[in-house]
Amino acid sequence: MASSPLVNRYGHEHGEPVDHREHRHPAHQFDTMEQQKESSTLGMWLFLVTEIMFFGGLFTAYLVYRTMYPAAFAAASSTLNVPLGALNTAVLICSSLTMAMAIRSAQVNRRGGILVFLLLTMALGSTFLVVKGFEYHDKFVEHHVPGPSFNFVLESSHEIAATRAQDPLYQRHAEIFFSLYFIMTGIHATHMIIGLGILAVLLFYSGRGKFDSEYYNPLEMTGLYWHFVDIVWIFLFPLLYLLGAHTH
Amino acid sequence: MSEHYVAPVSLYVKVFVALLIGTGLTVAASYFNFGVFNNFIAMTIAVIKASLVLFFFMDLRHSTRMTILTAAAGFFWLVLMLCMIMMDYWSRNAIVLPVPGK
Amino acid sequence: MDTTAVARSPITTTPETAFERPNYLNSDFGWKSWLFTLDHKRIAILYLISVTAFFALGGTFAALIRLELLTPEGDLMGPDTYNRVFTMHGIIMVFFFLIPAIPAVLGNFLVPLMVGAKDLAMPRLNLASWYVYNLGGLFTLWAIVNGGVDTGWTFYTPFSTTYSNTYVVPTALGIFITGFSTIFTALNFIVTIHRMRAPGLSWFRLPLFIWSTYATSLIIMLGTPVIAITILLVAAEKVLHLGIFNPKLGGDPVLFEHMFWFYSHPAVYIMILPAMGVISELIAAFSRKKVFGYRVVAFASVAIAVLGFLVWGHHLFVAGESAYSATVFSVLSMLVAVPSAVKVFNWTATLYEGSISYQTPMLYALGFIGLFTIGGLTGVMVATLGIDPHVHDTYFIVAHFHYVMVGGTIMAYLGGLHYWWPKMTGRLYPTFLSKLSALLVFVGFNLTFFPQFILGYMGMPRRYWSYPPEFQVLNVLSSAGASVLGVGYLLPLFYFTWSMKYGKKSGDNPWGAVGLEWDTTSPPPTENFYTTPVVTHGPYEYNREEVHNRLTEEANFG
Repeated sequence: MASSPLVNRYGHEHGEPVDHREHRHPAHQFDTMEQQKESSTLGMWLFLVTEIMFFGGLFTAYLVYRTMYPAAFAAASSTLNVPLGALNTAVLICSSLTMAMAIRSAQVNRRGGILVFLLLTMALGSTFLVVKGFEYHDKFVEHHVPGPSFNFVLESSHEIAATRAQDPLYQRHAEIFFSLYFIMTGIHATHMIIGLGILAVLLFYSGRGKFDSEYYNPLEMTGLYWHFVDIVWIFLFPLLYLLGAHTH
Repeated sequence: MSEHYVAPVSLYVKVFVALLIGTGLTVAASYFNFGVFNNFIAMTIAVIKASLVLFFFMDLRHSTRMTILTAAAGFFWLVLMLCMIMMDYWSRNAIVLPVPGK
Repeated sequence: MDTTAVARSPITTTPETAFERPNYLNSDFGWKSWLFTLDHKRIAILYLISVTAFFALGGTFAALIRLELLTPEGDLMGPDTYNRVFTMHGIIMVFFFLIPAIPAVLGNFLVPLMVGAKDLAMPRLNLASWYVYNLGGLFTLWAIVNGGVDTGWTFYTPFSTTYSNTYVVPTALGIFITGFSTIFTALNFIVTIHRMRAPGLSWFRLPLFIWSTYATSLIIMLGTPVIAITILLVAAEKVLHLGIFNPKLGGDPVLFEHMFWFYSHPAVYIMILPAMGVISELIAAFSRKKVFGYRVVAFASVAIAVLGFLVWGHHLFVAGESAYSATVFSVLSMLVAVPSAVKVFNWTATLYEGSISYQTPMLYALGFIGLFTIGGLTGVMVATLGIDPHVHDTYFIVAHFHYVMVGGTIMAYLGGLHYWWPKMTGRLYPTFLSKLSALLVFVGFNLTFFPQFILGYMGMPRRYWSYPPEFQVLNVLSSAGASVLGVGYLLPLFYFTWSMKYGKKSGDNPWGAVGLEWDTTSPPPTENFYTTPVVTHGPYEYNREEVHNRLTEEANFG
């Protein structure tokens, strides 16, 4: 493209060079770096909008069934491990902080900082997944995974259980809660894993000194994604874990 | 390229602490029964936390109007979908038309 | 063919001479230059090929359906086969033809040209979308080869998740994957329209095709993720035997319908909005007039996109939705008719006192207006709570949505292809054959689907492989119409292919149309414009005096 005689026609209107830094050229379809950056920011936010609607479908299903089966949902929710969930929330918030700090390091031209904070973000993200793995393991052991071996035993002292245990569909309703729990947290974890993959790529490039205060757009875009995944968890945590806590 | 706003570290740390406090509050609140307000309290705290992330970590407050509008449209449409679908479920047992013969 | 170039735009910068100027077709050769291209125009051509292939496949299934329905008995195929055939027809036509057709082919080609940009904002994403589209298509094809799906294109639960033992999961995954390709395209369009407009090209100087493409992209961005998660839940439920949509396990199938139609009804507007944009362009170009009430038509596109999201519940009138909800959705559904009617009235007003030339694209456009009006008005009928329960799941519905999707979208798609074919290839196609195809499509279409209104009103349910003998006459008429329609569709396939090599060279602007896309050469160079276009006026500035003079001249000497 660069050799085409048609390229230079998009020079600045006043005849000034568009970009003073020789080593930063916008992609061929853009006139300026500013236009390119604005486009990618808008594109990223539009992508996040699709993510909002994607998770939104799950939240809708959750809301509908929770309205239908409040007791079963509260009882099923109370078997989740609140301390681990809260720990994971803190871990994710922390990783959001380190992600923001990685971008800030790029803004102030501290390449070492980028590396350290990206590594920290990845470590925290991985911690989240490991904790999640332990939680999943507990659910398997307790037969709370939907499927043929699903068995939701209610404690006899449970006040709601006493009134609703006669309902033959009660187990099924609890099973729906756990279906949604696994799908929602599973898709969230998938997003985390994808995020970790992108962070690994960024780590590689920042190791080669690709990012500085002039150019850190990929970091910023990944940051948006990472923070969004955090936001999803901020809603998932109270909706899934804290529903029946007060009934104990 | 124009000069970019660089947030001070202290701001990020403040937001981080606020988010942690929010998490603590929502856990603490869940052990008390406020009746119908349980959800309201949990969701209010979650919305505040999400807004903090959006406006400070994701730097929405320094974004263009178009970006803010895009984000707002996403959340608005989500609420729209939730409300319109729940409209059906909340009105399932309501009788809006007289049933002949009753 | 009348190729007199009149009413050229004042900002034309193109040299008038040789045809063999460098353009996007002769800039590079070999399969690699196509499969790895980042040029939006080449990607549009790639899409054209894929979309045509899927259209042919979907059309074959349609032919099988009409063949089976020639006689009341099921003598060509049994119910199981028939279920698969109409399902595959629906899935392929909806997800692999109607939704991508106009945005991915015409939109890809025209959006950068119409906004005066060198390319879309994200060319790599654009190419990726084509690959993703084909990948999704392959999943579906794999399912077809293995025996297909029998759930209907709507995948209603619990049948799809529990009882159907056909290839629901690969098809669902195919649709899930294809969803990404539409999202990529839509994202690209929105960013391009916002950020890459040529100097001077303000929002109200944009062609109406851009407005409607923009509105379509909004629907795609907001709706497609919801079908993605819905279809993922269906697949998960099918594989893992969950109970989310299974009433036996406490799930609610109505929730599936809500989530499915939250996307799939707006998807109807994904199909028709770009078609409306095409029609606005055609009507203006062949009436040599500004589109009447430009701003209103532009805002009508956005209004349709927004209102289109609030009406899905009219698919659930008999599904167990609450009476209150049904009433609300019924009223909202009728509201969508308002911006749609505004468009129809404004096109008609544009025609008024225009110097209309009945070129092939115009024939398609005029056909569109008539057929869309019928499709739209029957839509208001079925939105009423009194009529819908009677005609629900009958051929009345089938006829209604075919009038909108086939009579609307495909007419506009073909009209658009005929209009911009010289832009895309630099060639003309045979006038007589193309006009014949427009006529055949119009006649064949009405013959196919008008009897279905009557059939449905008389109570013939959809999706059955056999029917009572008294319905045979109308069914035979319908099948006969389908064969005429088939010929009408095959003709363009042949003469377009033929014209690519043998067609007369068209020159830059065979229609004498205005608009940024006609200001560059045909076919355009890889970089679209030789100099950055600077826009100083609206999109439909036809010189009325010049047009008048030409008409007088033709009347005197013609």
